Amino acid sequence: MHMPFCFSGSLHIYLLTAIMLFVMGIFGMIYRRSFIGMLISVELILNGAALNFMAFNKFLAPDPSVGQIITLIIMGIAAAEAAIGLSMAIAVYRSYKTIDAEAVNDLSK
Amino acid sequence: MAASVLPYQFVSEIFFCGFVLLALSGGIIAVSAKYLLHALLGLVVTLFGVAGLYLYLGSFFISLMQVLIYVGAICVTIVFAIMLTETPEQTKENHKPGLRSFLAAGAGLAALSCAFNFVYLTEWQPALSRTGDFSIIAVGKRLLTEYCLVFEMISLVLLFAIIGSIILARGGRGN
Repeated sequence: MHMPFCFSGSLHIYLLTAIMLFVMGIFGMIYRRSFIGMLISVELILNGAALNFMAFNKFLAPDPSVGQIITLIIMGIAAAEAAIGLSMAIAVYRSYKTIDAEAVNDLSK
Repeated sequence: MAASVLPYQFVSEIFFCGFVLLALSGGIIAVSAKYLLHALLGLVVTLFGVAGLYLYLGSFFISLMQVLIYVGAICVTIVFAIMLTETPEQTKENHKPGLRSFLAAGAGLAALSCAFNFVYLTEWQPALSRTGDFSIIAVGKRLLTEYCLVFEMISLVLLFAIIGSIILARGGRGN
């Protein structure tokens, strides 16, 4: 007897999920007005990229430990980026009393 | 024999679909929620879904790290930032259906179609020889031999990020 469907063994399902996360992240980057909303979207983009690496790691790569290392590094970069981004949001809030990205436009006036 | 295996596989496939749905629905909440805190909860749902997918991709370790680093560290930091920066009348993002939404939808659709083409037009070929060693021991060995430089660099980047964020959040050079 054969399994009628096998989603978890198909590379395309993982790639499509990663694409959807990536596209939602890009959409959110433009759609969101606040810095923290943009940061949340960036986390979505990074997750899509990491999921892609893990999928290639499982199905295509010659050595499956490399993709795991890359995913760990992406997590480290994401942590650093979140720390810097959030402290920038706090610094902006301190001088502008808002984190709306459109309100912080002194240089364009 | 095969018939007795089938129910387990079936349940596993159902869980897999659940994780995919969790990831995608969380992403939709994360980009479209009106309150930032709700968006953050959507992000947490996505992260758990992706952690479940990592289990299916053969790495228990990465899945645990995903929950530990992303949900445990990054999301809690974002909660702190939301609490520190927002006053109650600002928590809602007021979106007018204007140029910004159209621009965002256009960019999203363009990226979607490009990536979709890329996935389906490429012939994905597995590497000729594969070791198939997913163990954490292999990851640790690689991380301390071949990828030693990357390992050191990421610790340096994290150190600078910590110092930089402290300096930024304390108010910069002026005071």
